[in-house]
Amino acid sequence: MNRESAPETAHRPPSEGKTLFRAWRHGDLVSDILVRLSSIGVVVLVGSIGYELWTHSAESRLAFGLRFLVTAQWDPALKQVFGALPFIQGTLVTSLVALVIALPMGLGTAIFLAEMAPAWLRQPVGFLVEMLAAVPSVVYGVWGLFAFIPSFVFPLALGLRDSLGFLPVFAGPVFGPSRLAASLVLAIMILPTIAAVSRDVFSAIPQAQREAALALGATHWEMISQVLVPYGLSGFLGAAVLALGRALGETMAVTMVIGNTLDLSPSLLHPGYTMASLIANEFTEATGNLYLSALIEIGLVLFFITLILNFLARLLVWRVSRRAAGEVRV
Amino acid sequence: MNRGTLSEELGRARAGQRKTVNALMLGLCVVMTLLAVAPLLWILIYVIHKGGSEITWTFFTNLPTPVGIPGGGIVNALVGSAETVGLGLVVSAPVAVLAAFYAASHPDSGLGLALRFATDVLSGVPSIVMGIFAYTLIVLPMRRFSAFSGGIVLGFIMLPTIIRTTEEMLRLVPNSLREGSLALGAAEWRTSLSVLLPAAANGVLTGVMLAIARAAGEAAPMLFTAFGNPFFSTALNQPIATLPLTIYSYAISPYSDWKAKAWGAALVLIMLVLVLNAAARGLVWWRARRLGGQLR
Repeated sequence: MNRESAPETAHRPPSEGKTLFRAWRHGDLVSDILVRLSSIGVVVLVGSIGYELWTHSAESRLAFGLRFLVTAQWDPALKQVFGALPFIQGTLVTSLVALVIALPMGLGTAIFLAEMAPAWLRQPVGFLVEMLAAVPSVVYGVWGLFAFIPSFVFPLALGLRDSLGFLPVFAGPVFGPSRLAASLVLAIMILPTIAAVSRDVFSAIPQAQREAALALGATHWEMISQVLVPYGLSGFLGAAVLALGRALGETMAVTMVIGNTLDLSPSLLHPGYTMASLIANEFTEATGNLYLSALIEIGLVLFFITLILNFLARLLVWRVSRRAAGEVRV
Repeated sequence: MNRGTLSEELGRARAGQRKTVNALMLGLCVVMTLLAVAPLLWILIYVIHKGGSEITWTFFTNLPTPVGIPGGGIVNALVGSAETVGLGLVVSAPVAVLAAFYAASHPDSGLGLALRFATDVLSGVPSIVMGIFAYTLIVLPMRRFSAFSGGIVLGFIMLPTIIRTTEEMLRLVPNSLREGSLALGAAEWRTSLSVLLPAAANGVLTGVMLAIARAAGEAAPMLFTAFGNPFFSTALNQPIATLPLTIYSYAISPYSDWKAKAWGAALVLIMLVLVLNAAARGLVWWRARRLGGQLR
C-alpha cells in the first residue's frame, strides 16, 4: 500500500520553512495517525461484529450444525431443540411480498420525481418521501397496530379471503396482526429507499439518451420504459436488493404487527414470526446458554444475509454510475 | 405512393394508441407518488390527533404512574434518550469525522476502500444485530443492562451517517481553498483544521443531526442494552428508559391509559425526528447552493 498519494507530497510545504501559522513539527504525523486509527477502528468494528456473533453462537452451531437452518422445531422449554426455519420463512415471505408491492410504487415515484415533476414540485415531494424514511420504526408499529390494521389491513384481508380464499396464500381465518400486515408496513418503510436510489439512477443517465429517444419520435413514456429503464436496469435491481436488505432486518414495526406466532402455513393472512421479531421478543427472556446462542446464531444469519445483499446492491448501482460517467452506450 | 398513405393511415391510428398509453402510464406514476406519500400524512394526522391531547406540561415533567392513576409523564424517558444519544454522539462523532477526512483524501488506497466497504456494511446491518453485538461486547462482561451499553450501540449506529455526510461535504470544498492554504505555507494538519473543517462544518452538523434523528428513534437494539426503566435514573451502569422503549412497552400493554401515553410519546418522538431531518436537509440545501455543487 502506498502511504502517500503523489500530489499530496508535492503540495507539502517544507517543514523548516517560514509558515503562516505557527508550525508544530509533528502535527502532520499526529493528524495522519489519528485519521488512520479512526479509519482502522471503523473497519475493525465491522470485523468484530462478525467475530462476536460467530463466537457467541458457537454452542448452537456445534449442537445443530447446518440443520439449524432447515429444522422447523423451536422448543426452548422442554427438549431444547432449536431450528430457525419458521423464522427464516417468515422473514423471506414478508420481505419479498413487501418488495413486490414497494418496487412498482417506488419506481413510479422515482419516475415522477426525476422525469415528470416540474422543478418547483421536486423538492417538496422528494422531501415528503424522505420524511417517510425518517419516521421511527416504533412509530410505524404503533400506527400499524392501532390505525392501519383495523381500518385497512383487516378489511383487505377479509376481501382477499372471500374472493381468493381458494388459494393457499389467502386461506384460513383472518387475523388482525398477520404476515400481510407486516408485509404492507414493510412495503411502506422500504419504499423511500427504492424511490431515492432509483431517482438517483435516473439522474445519472445521460441527457443524450433522452434526447435521442424523443428525436426518434418516442412518447415520454416510451422514452422512459424503452430507453431509460433498460439503461438503468442494474441500478433499479440494486435499489430493490438494498430495500430487501432493509426489510429483512426491520424489527420493531414488524414485531408489533405480525402477531408473533409460530405458524408454517403458507397463508399471508395468518400471524407469523420473523428472525428479527423473534430476537426482539425472546432475547431478554432466554434462559440457558444454548437458547441464547441459538438466538445469537439467528442474528449471525441476519448479519451474513444483509452483508451479501448490501455488497450486491452496491455492485449493481455502481455499474450504472460507472457506465453513465463514461461514453453513451449505443 | 399508395403504400405510403397506408402506413400513414396505420401510423395515425397507432399514434393515438401510443398517446393513450403514454397518458395512462404517466398518470399511473402520479398515482403511485400520491399513494407513496399518503401513509406519511396518515401517520402524522393520526399521531397528532391521538397524542395531541396527552401533551401537557406535566407529561414532560412527571414520572410514569401506575395504571389508572392520572398525571403520569415521560420525563425519565426523555432524560434517558438524551443521555444515551448524547453518549453515542460523544463516542462516535470524533471518530467519524476523522475517518471522513481519511475517506475524502485517500479514496482509492487499500484502507480507503476498506473504510468505504465498512461504512456501507455498518449502515446496512440491522439495528437489532447491532444490539446483539453490544450485548455480547458490553452487557455480558458487565453482567447488567446499562445506559452505557445503550449509548455505545447508538454510537455504532450513528457512525456511518456522520462519516458519509462529512465526507460528501469535504469533497465539495473547492480544491483551490486547500491549495491556497498550503501555498501560504500552512501544514497539512493546519489546513485540515483551519480551512477544510470550517468549510465542511455544515456537513458535520448535518450528519450529526441525521444521526441523532436516527438514533433517537431506535428501539430494537435498546431492548437488551438500555433495557428500559420505569423509574428515574441517570446512572450509566443502570438500566435506563428511552423514548422508543417507552412507546413500545406502553403500546403493547393492555391498558388504555398507557396506550394513550404511547401516542403522546410517539408524537413527541416523531416531531423531534422530523424537525431534525428538515433542519438537516435545509442545511445541505443552503450549503450546496453556496458551494455551487450538487448534493443528494
